[in-house]
Amino acid sequence: MALSRSFGRRAMLALVAACTLVACVRAEDPYITVASTTSTEQSGLFGHLLPQFSKASGIQVRVVALGTGQALDLARRGDADVVFVHDPAAEQKFLDEGHGVQRHDVMYNDFVLIGPKDDAAKVAGSKDILEALRKIRDAQAAFVSRGDKSGTHAAELRYWNAAGVDLDAARGPWYRDTGSGMGPALNTAASMNAYVLADRATWLSFKNRRALQIVVEGDKRLFNQYGVMLVNPAKHPQVKQQAGQKFLDWVMSTAGQQAIAGYRIDGQQLFFPNATKP
Amino acid sequence: MQEISQAIAAAAALVGSGDSKLVAIMLLSLRVSLCAVLLSALIGLPLGAALAIGRFAGRQTLTVILNAFMGLPPVVVGLFVYLMLSRAGPLGQFGLLFTPTAMVIAQVVLITPIIAALARQIVADAWQDYAEQLKSLGAGFTQSVRTLIWDTRFSLLTVLLAGFGRAVAEVGAVMIVGGNIDGVTRVMTTAIALETSRGDLPLALALGLILIALVLLLNTCAHLIRQTAQRRYG
Repeated sequence: MALSRSFGRRAMLALVAACTLVACVRAEDPYITVASTTSTEQSGLFGHLLPQFSKASGIQVRVVALGTGQALDLARRGDADVVFVHDPAAEQKFLDEGHGVQRHDVMYNDFVLIGPKDDAAKVAGSKDILEALRKIRDAQAAFVSRGDKSGTHAAELRYWNAAGVDLDAARGPWYRDTGSGMGPALNTAASMNAYVLADRATWLSFKNRRALQIVVEGDKRLFNQYGVMLVNPAKHPQVKQQAGQKFLDWVMSTAGQQAIAGYRIDGQQLFFPNATKP
Repeated sequence: MQEISQAIAAAAALVGSGDSKLVAIMLLSLRVSLCAVLLSALIGLPLGAALAIGRFAGRQTLTVILNAFMGLPPVVVGLFVYLMLSRAGPLGQFGLLFTPTAMVIAQVVLITPIIAALARQIVADAWQDYAEQLKSLGAGFTQSVRTLIWDTRFSLLTVLLAGFGRAVAEVGAVMIVGGNIDGVTRVMTTAIALETSRGDLPLALALGLILIALVLLLNTCAHLIRQTAQRRYG
């Protein structure tokens, strides 16, 4: 049966081809995996920062961008070497559980309250985020929540709490829990003229604004601290400790801190370095 | 509507510029999904044919399961493969998470049922016509499987194209197991999702148009090959 023999040969050929395709990845430079947040990746900061680090160290950085909660969970499973996130409370919990070592402040920016131009809750121009949230609740104005355990979501819940609003009681059709990333949440807010809490970096790099604008900014409480940690090699033995340490050292060094300060969109600085260790 | 004309212009500009990053993303999309189709074909075609011809206990159950698994939710497959490949998972030691190989695995899980289920139907129909003949020739089980796959190869090509279409258009699974890492695991669909979340809808749509054009091109090639082959071998 010539036909089936040629079929067998073809199958073998296909198998070889498939294996070649799968295996043919280029010889790889050393790399580390960083679990980080969508704000740092989507704002373009990493695109600006990481090539400088790679050039200085010869180490490539692979960034997986998720919400802070998800990024920490990823690291809890040992799937990242370094975490670069913005929810100090969740980071402390991560450290207490023994998953991380050496948490350092690295930079900050701020949250801003975004809202529609017609401003149904009359909060525009205010500097008091808590008062603004209370007004939104009173006016039952549409508000989009991330609802995804991200750093921004955690901050939003903190502000509601501080404003004395019991979300479980106040929750109604006006409060839209979208369970989505910062970008998708902004897209949703843009299409339904809703208020939404955002980090300034994502807002500045966001293009589909429609009728949205910043309505509240400049409240000291809107401070947004980013921290960096090494995943604990004692708990997760495959963590690339040396390369990860090099990244931590660099990002907190003068060169790294200057690189962060040097990133701008339309002349506006997005992140402000504040590492304590030189 | 303005976005759509912007998108078409952006797509044309992107293709015209021959942007090397875009080319790399397109090639990775093709490489991952073609790999997945090849591997799925190697598993799915014999499996489907065996189910069509074989007479063994549990055959009906397996057929129903395969048919149902054609509708596997990509996110669930992604999550499952992630848990397998994660450092904390059973296959963690191989360090496959966030690599193109992980994406191939997820797509194989996703499209093997499609290929096997459709192949089963096609081969079962052919088996009705050829069963007598093959039996009279004394062909055994393996022999019959091979012959029927070969005889229905032109129909099976469509099955592979369906599998490829599902693989290359899929975003939920590759996003989770690949991580959408710039330059490593970013494919067309995850790039589209990324640009959508950055609010750059025209660029996202432009990438979408390019992906559709790519799939169209590949299907055209498959069609031409099939036509030529059919003319030569009947």
